[in-house]
Amino acid sequence: MVVVNAFGDGIGPVLDALRDPAFLHALQLTVTAVVIAVPLNTVFGVVCALALVRRGSDRGSWLLNSAIGLPLALSPVVVGLSLVLVYGRDGWLGSWLVANGIPVVFSTPGIVLATVFVTLPFVVREVVPVLREIGSDQEEVSWTLGAGPAQTFRRITLPAIRWGVAYGVVLTTARALGEYGAVAVVSGRLAGKTETLTIHVDEQYLRFNEVAAYTTSLVLALLAVLTLVALSVLQPRHEKEVSDVDRRQPGVEALR
Amino acid sequence: MSIAVSRVSKRFGDFVALDDVSLAIAGGSLTALLGPSGSGKSTLLRVIAGLEMPDAGEVAILGEDVTGIPPQRRGVGFVFQHYAAFKHMTVRDNVAFGLTIRRRPKAEIRAKVAELLSLVQLDGLADRYPAQLSGGQRQRMALARALAVEPKVLLLDEPFGALDAQVRKELRGWLRRLHENVRVTTVLVTHDQEEAMEVADRVAVMNHGRIEQTGRPRDLYEHPANAFVMSFIGAVNRLGDAFVRPHDVELTLEPNGDTRAGTVTRILHLGFEVRVELVLDDGQQIWAQVTRNESEELELEPGESVHIRPSRARVFA
Repeated sequence: MVVVNAFGDGIGPVLDALRDPAFLHALQLTVTAVVIAVPLNTVFGVVCALALVRRGSDRGSWLLNSAIGLPLALSPVVVGLSLVLVYGRDGWLGSWLVANGIPVVFSTPGIVLATVFVTLPFVVREVVPVLREIGSDQEEVSWTLGAGPAQTFRRITLPAIRWGVAYGVVLTTARALGEYGAVAVVSGRLAGKTETLTIHVDEQYLRFNEVAAYTTSLVLALLAVLTLVALSVLQPRHEKEVSDVDRRQPGVEALR
Repeated sequence: MSIAVSRVSKRFGDFVALDDVSLAIAGGSLTALLGPSGSGKSTLLRVIAGLEMPDAGEVAILGEDVTGIPPQRRGVGFVFQHYAAFKHMTVRDNVAFGLTIRRRPKAEIRAKVAELLSLVQLDGLADRYPAQLSGGQRQRMALARALAVEPKVLLLDEPFGALDAQVRKELRGWLRRLHENVRVTTVLVTHDQEEAMEVADRVAVMNHGRIEQTGRPRDLYEHPANAFVMSFIGAVNRLGDAFVRPHDVELTLEPNGDTRAGTVTRILHLGFEVRVELVLDDGQQIWAQVTRNESEELELEPGESVHIRPSRARVFA
């Protein structure tokens, strides 16, 4: 449908829409948000998951777990509004930031912040079950064999969780590309300035620039297809990683 | 002493895992820590390895106090019940891990790995991944990996616990022979008294976070220090305050001075051994272990009355 509607008037208008500075800026902004949010949340997610599973103290991990669940439970619009309340011109931090020439709301930092927040949980949630499943035996053996914590993480833990991390990264990317609610509130929706791809779609559609709206949608849809392909490639490996071979001990095993 | 544990205590919340434990382990010996689950034997092993920090007390390895030293600098080899194979590495890389970490020259690593793989009888499987090995093979790989760094002590935590009975029996004998060749001080944790008696030259029996008794397997069996050790190592009957081994229950057909009367309830033929289950006249149930010949001589049948006398009994204060 999106394809048919985008190319309804031939390829010319589509190319025009793709050359539109507003579209290009939106694309650039979305990419910026993704490029910052994804690595940040990958590192944060792995560190968080390790803290939750390996240092598993009761109250701290409960708090951390709730904090990670929050972006999933909360409507993105509320997230956006909260950011405006905190970082807006009259917000707790906002007044100081604006006075020092760092506007957050209605500018790129706000958009990045909103994207980071809503995509926070994905890596953690994929990595935690893998870490639980592999247990700490391999890491402990590695220590007794002379490897320090950093070497153990790089040589043992990371290879064991890599597909879980990859799966989480793809989910994070997908969510960051598609985020609308929170970003719509903090961005102020200024064409060519604070429009991301999703907002660009909405704006163009409201202005009856249907070809531009459909073309941008098509770009987002293509990215979604890529995500799906990546997920389906990663899925089996991730599942294999979760089900540890050592613990699925068949009853009868020959010695040789 | 190769390992000296002195006055070590360890709690997990309210649970006392180790309660003022002291233990000395001689160089080159194979010692078993034997006890029921929750007795603290695994915790003691992990304290020796440095994987758990004791709340109080000290651990010394080869005379050096290692209490505050992390596991990577203690020179211990550790083998887990579930193998803890590095699944993303080949058998060769698993065994080489400790040497790779120590940045030994490649040629030296290759030679050492080949030597160890042949020692644990895994030659030819170097390029396999752990998932392609059986449980017994994985555990032998784990053992080779631990031996590769030439540890001062080798610590085995229920190493055969995940294997089926047949493989377990074979590996026990194999471990005993390996120990005779390699002679590295070894501590083995097990809840299986037969395994401890068969493999170890010394056994420390643990219960409720304490060591109940330490000694040679035979001494523990013949001179148990208390009721727990006596009933944990080998079978026992209780006759009032006394503990009697089933093979020390003598059966006769006629009363004879100090004998007690009873009735045979069941007879189990287990090959050479015959198990005779009885009810004494006061209602107490016991069993006697006799040989096939003895049982044939007595011509016992269920329902028949017999007379028993303990030839050896123990009373603990």
